[in-house]
Amino acid sequence: MRPFVYEQPTEISTAAAMASRFTRRDDQPTRANAQFIAGGTNLADYMKLGVAQPDRLLDLNRLADPGLRQIRVTDDGIRFGALVRMGEAADHPDVKRRYPVIADSLKLAASGQIRNMASLAGNILQRTRCEYFRETSWACNKRVPGSGCAAMEGFNRQHAVLGASDACIATYHGDFAQALMALDAIVHAEGARGARNIPFAKLHRQPGDTPHIETDLAADEIITAIEVPAIPWARRSLYLKIRDRESYAFALASAAVALDLDGDGVREARIALGGLATVPWRAGKAEEVLQGKPLDEHSATIAADAAFADAVPRQHNAFKTELGKRTLVRALLETRDMKV
Amino acid sequence: MDAAAPRPKDNQGEPLPRVDGRLKVTGQAHYPADLPTGNIAYGALATSSIAKGKVTKLHLDDARAVPGLLDIVTYGDMDKVEKPKFGNSGATSVGPLHDRIIFHDGQIIALAVAETFEAAEEAAQLIRAEYEEEKPTATFDSPGTATIPAAGKSPLFKEDVKAGDFDAAYAGAAVKIDQRYSTPTQHHNPIELFSTTAFWQGDQLVVHEPSQNVTGWKVELARQLKMDPGKVRIVSPFIGGAFGSKGPMTPRTAIVAVAAKRLGRPVRCVTSRMQAFGTQTYRAETRHRIQIGAGKDGRIAAFAHEGWEVTSRPDSYVVGGTSATGRMYDYGSILTHVSLVQADRNTPGYMRSPPETPYVYALENAMDEMAVALGMDPVEFRRINEPKTEPIGKKPFSSRSLIQCYDQAAEAFGWAKRDPKVGAMRDRDWLVGMGCATAIYPTAVAPCAARVRLTVDGDVRLQCGSHEIGTGVRTVAAQMASERLGVGIDKISVEMGDSSLPPAPVSGGSISTASVCSAVLKACDAVRAKLYAGATAEGGPLAGSHNDELDLADGKIVAKSGASAKVEDVIKTMQVGAIEEYAEFAPKGATPEALKKLYAGTPEFHGGEQDEDSVKYAFGAEFVEVRINRYTREIRVPRLVGAFAAGRIMNTRTARSQLMGGMIWGIGQALHEATEIDRRYARYVNRDLQDYLVPVNADIKDLQVILVPEIDHAVNPAGVKGLGELGNVGTAAAVASAVYHATGKRIRDLPIRIEQLLA
Ligand SMILES: Cc1cc2nc3c(=O)[nH]c(=O)nc-3n(C[C@H](O)[C@H](O)[C@H](O)COP(=O)(O)OP(=O)(O)OC[C@H]3O[C@@H](n4cnc5c(N)ncnc54)[C@H](O)[C@@H]3O)c2cc1C
Ligand code: SF4
Repeated sequence: MRPFVYEQPTEISTAAAMASRFTRRDDQPTRANAQFIAGGTNLADYMKLGVAQPDRLLDLNRLADPGLRQIRVTDDGIRFGALVRMGEAADHPDVKRRYPVIADSLKLAASGQIRNMASLAGNILQRTRCEYFRETSWACNKRVPGSGCAAMEGFNRQHAVLGASDACIATYHGDFAQALMALDAIVHAEGARGARNIPFAKLHRQPGDTPHIETDLAADEIITAIEVPAIPWARRSLYLKIRDRESYAFALASAAVALDLDGDGVREARIALGGLATVPWRAGKAEEVLQGKPLDEHSATIAADAAFADAVPRQHNAFKTELGKRTLVRALLETRDMKV
Repeated sequence: MDAAAPRPKDNQGEPLPRVDGRLKVTGQAHYPADLPTGNIAYGALATSSIAKGKVTKLHLDDARAVPGLLDIVTYGDMDKVEKPKFGNSGATSVGPLHDRIIFHDGQIIALAVAETFEAAEEAAQLIRAEYEEEKPTATFDSPGTATIPAAGKSPLFKEDVKAGDFDAAYAGAAVKIDQRYSTPTQHHNPIELFSTTAFWQGDQLVVHEPSQNVTGWKVELARQLKMDPGKVRIVSPFIGGAFGSKGPMTPRTAIVAVAAKRLGRPVRCVTSRMQAFGTQTYRAETRHRIQIGAGKDGRIAAFAHEGWEVTSRPDSYVVGGTSATGRMYDYGSILTHVSLVQADRNTPGYMRSPPETPYVYALENAMDEMAVALGMDPVEFRRINEPKTEPIGKKPFSSRSLIQCYDQAAEAFGWAKRDPKVGAMRDRDWLVGMGCATAIYPTAVAPCAARVRLTVDGDVRLQCGSHEIGTGVRTVAAQMASERLGVGIDKISVEMGDSSLPPAPVSGGSISTASVCSAVLKACDAVRAKLYAGATAEGGPLAGSHNDELDLADGKIVAKSGASAKVEDVIKTMQVGAIEEYAEFAPKGATPEALKKLYAGTPEFHGGEQDEDSVKYAFGAEFVEVRINRYTREIRVPRLVGAFAAGRIMNTRTARSQLMGGMIWGIGQALHEATEIDRRYARYVNRDLQDYLVPVNADIKDLQVILVPEIDHAVNPAGVKGLGELGNVGTAAAVASAVYHATGKRIRDLPIRIEQLLA
């Protein structure tokens, strides 16, 4: 592990200014000399493995702004401070009641210990677990731009079938992000040049030719909060996560679903898919298919087919297209049958 | 009594808590890398990123520039040291720093030593190698493999067993199957990482390293370093999981010892989890072809088992499980053959029930297929083919309680409620399946020495160079001494895990309890004899009594007449302060050199199918219920029942714990564990616990272990059959049969994953 300078700024503006001072303007946050650290469950891991190599860590945990640690419920929705821990949000009674899909996505992630450390902002910014990315002796365009992609023709069982490119097929593994995607969340960020709001759907970038560019954030921008709009019918929502073992594993496929039902008919459906795509994935086509239709196994299957119409399987992940469809069908039917 | 402490039945010992349990759960047990050692320097390994070729150049300048770097041990620095030897005490014959040839992915190319762990790691990461790379051969079906017969390649696998005329019997059989099975590469992944700490005290070398074989390592390390074995000491008081991985010593140990010598201070090297995949041993992938032919009545007439196992180029590691599968049932005729397939890989090694896990998996999956082909209940099918004598040499089994195991497990499981029709059982969206399989493990025993000292205060000090790998061997050894010397368990202290103690065999092959307890029994009996002599001597408190009329209990020697004398008083009369005995146990049939070989770290194993009088095996029956979601096909295992018979059970708590752990491991083999190989580069891909999955708590719901009483005096003086490697044999086949029952899909390649059930 390389030596690094460790700083604990207390003001958001100072933290952003420090980041700005030690990084170049066009640096990606994940490649910058100065990087933010929250729970450290992702970044410290990658530093030990030599994947992330910041010279300077700016620890966000001493930031004074109390809003960073609060969950605020209002008529407009719910606002999560960036430093709220996964475990706390998962257990919050209003979250559980009003947005079960959020509570589920957090509860089914990682382990109790990690959920107590990991922050919500860190969670949505977690980096891929691609085996070839994690180990520095392999060729990886995301880690070293232009070096190639060892996963493309390698062992790619966990890799993405949606949103991949010729340069990178790494999956975005987070769970929480799928719930935020489905619920049209907004991310608040503050950088040296001011604050802005980013629609959650715009936060992550598909790999394209530049898989090392992972988000829309600049290296000096700190996520301060995540806001989820009030959606009364989101009580009928859930997160279904399919994995090789019962707990403590990333999704092979997952679905975040929220339904506004009129009897059996679908007024509005919100669907995001996890473990299958390079970024948090909104299944807009599947939503359209369902709109105004009765929800049954048949219509759910048509919606699932639509969601995967553009799927591109590779050698070892070919099953994920079928698994993804079935996950979505099951999630839709289970959401329909929820007692709310 | 609770589930963790089953009430002892006939021939079963009390479920005493582990004597070292408290130390372990309060963090006071010192594992080798925790043992305090002053002025320590830290080592980190640099390993190859190719699997085949040559290191043409090493760039060390960046590493040397790391502040705090002390030394780099690499090519040229090990020239005065002998290359390692492959065998029981040596994981490989590759001396990674002896020459620049790369035999496998992750081969050691240097050891960086620094003032801090972090600096050592940084320096190791900065060591860059240039290679002359060749195209490596990864595994089965890769271009460049060489296939050779396994028989004779290992002292443990002398021949391919056969009996009768298989071809004729198979040709004439009314019902037959001919199927292929496979098991994946697996790594032990014990939670305690692999580590070596070495320091020199004058010309004496001390090594702290988790080891299942301190005596063997002492001798082998002394050979490599050209030293007197008496000047090498291996210390391993606790081991945080081993499963065979800490049985053979790897080349790292000598490299760290050399580094410590060069620096003149202790050096500690803890291998990263990723590096362990290439620098330690593992279970290699296997393939099987099984043919079974039977009459309509279900009696098997023909059985053939052909196995293929991957090994490294330089070393022929063989498991050869046909020795067990060939003796499982009353087959009529038997034909077996095992081949080794050489590839550019690190040398495989022992992993919990090395032969039985893959081979019995294949056999038992095939047995289930055969039962289906016959339209017969799988338990009945096994009952029909229960042998009277072992089918190859026609020797009797020293004891065999397989049918009792099946009956008791079936009853507890509720097998009778199973609807045999495939896909017939459901619980809402979940398909329910039930399956079963046989577990078998050879009962072996090896020579072992022990020292027992009984003081005038009634304290017992027991010393034996065996190893606490988590099985509870300290506890059962103390129980044996407690029973023989009539003292409470709290008066007994047990020292193990140090090569300066009386030698014990490698803790492998499930021989420890049998071997250690037999040696402790012998030492205790010698102490008793001395005590009795003292008591009955002229002027002694029990003068005139005969030894065979005496017994020891509660600190007293009691004569048949009712007269008794306190042990304390007897020792006082003897004026010796304490009685100490050193015993060397050699099993029945041991050769005249048996004890010498024990001291040389190459102990003889007896038992299994090797003895003249009988074949010796422990058996079990396992039942599994699976649930498979009808949409997404994930497989869950809500229920497991295993019944096992293994001779005398020393302690029902530790026995249950081993068998339970084994069955959980079996679930991992069935559904989770696999090391993935990138076939283009012959490199392991999922080298950490993120992607190398093992069961977690949530995967194990209702698990029941039944200890079936069994008495067997033939196996060893302690009457004990090893059971540490019994529980995980058969589990995967039981899961496969349950999956078939639920879905109608026969999965023959492990692990069973969602993708195999989606189509
Ligand atoms: C064993 C294991 C299992 C896991 N399983 C799951 C799982 O099943 N599902 C799942 O979703 N996740 C899982 N995770 C991932 C885990 O959820 C993330 O590691 C965690 O949420 C990251 O949060 P953190 O606060 O620790 O982030 P850090 O590691 O501190 O940071 C992560 C990244 O976010 C950046 N960052 C952090 N906070 C901010 C901020 N406020 N503004 C700007 N940038 C910021 C950092 O610079 C860094 O790049 C698992 C992790 C582990 C180790
Ligand atoms: S899939 Fe992406 S992250 Fe993985 S090796 Fe290829 S480029 Fe790197």
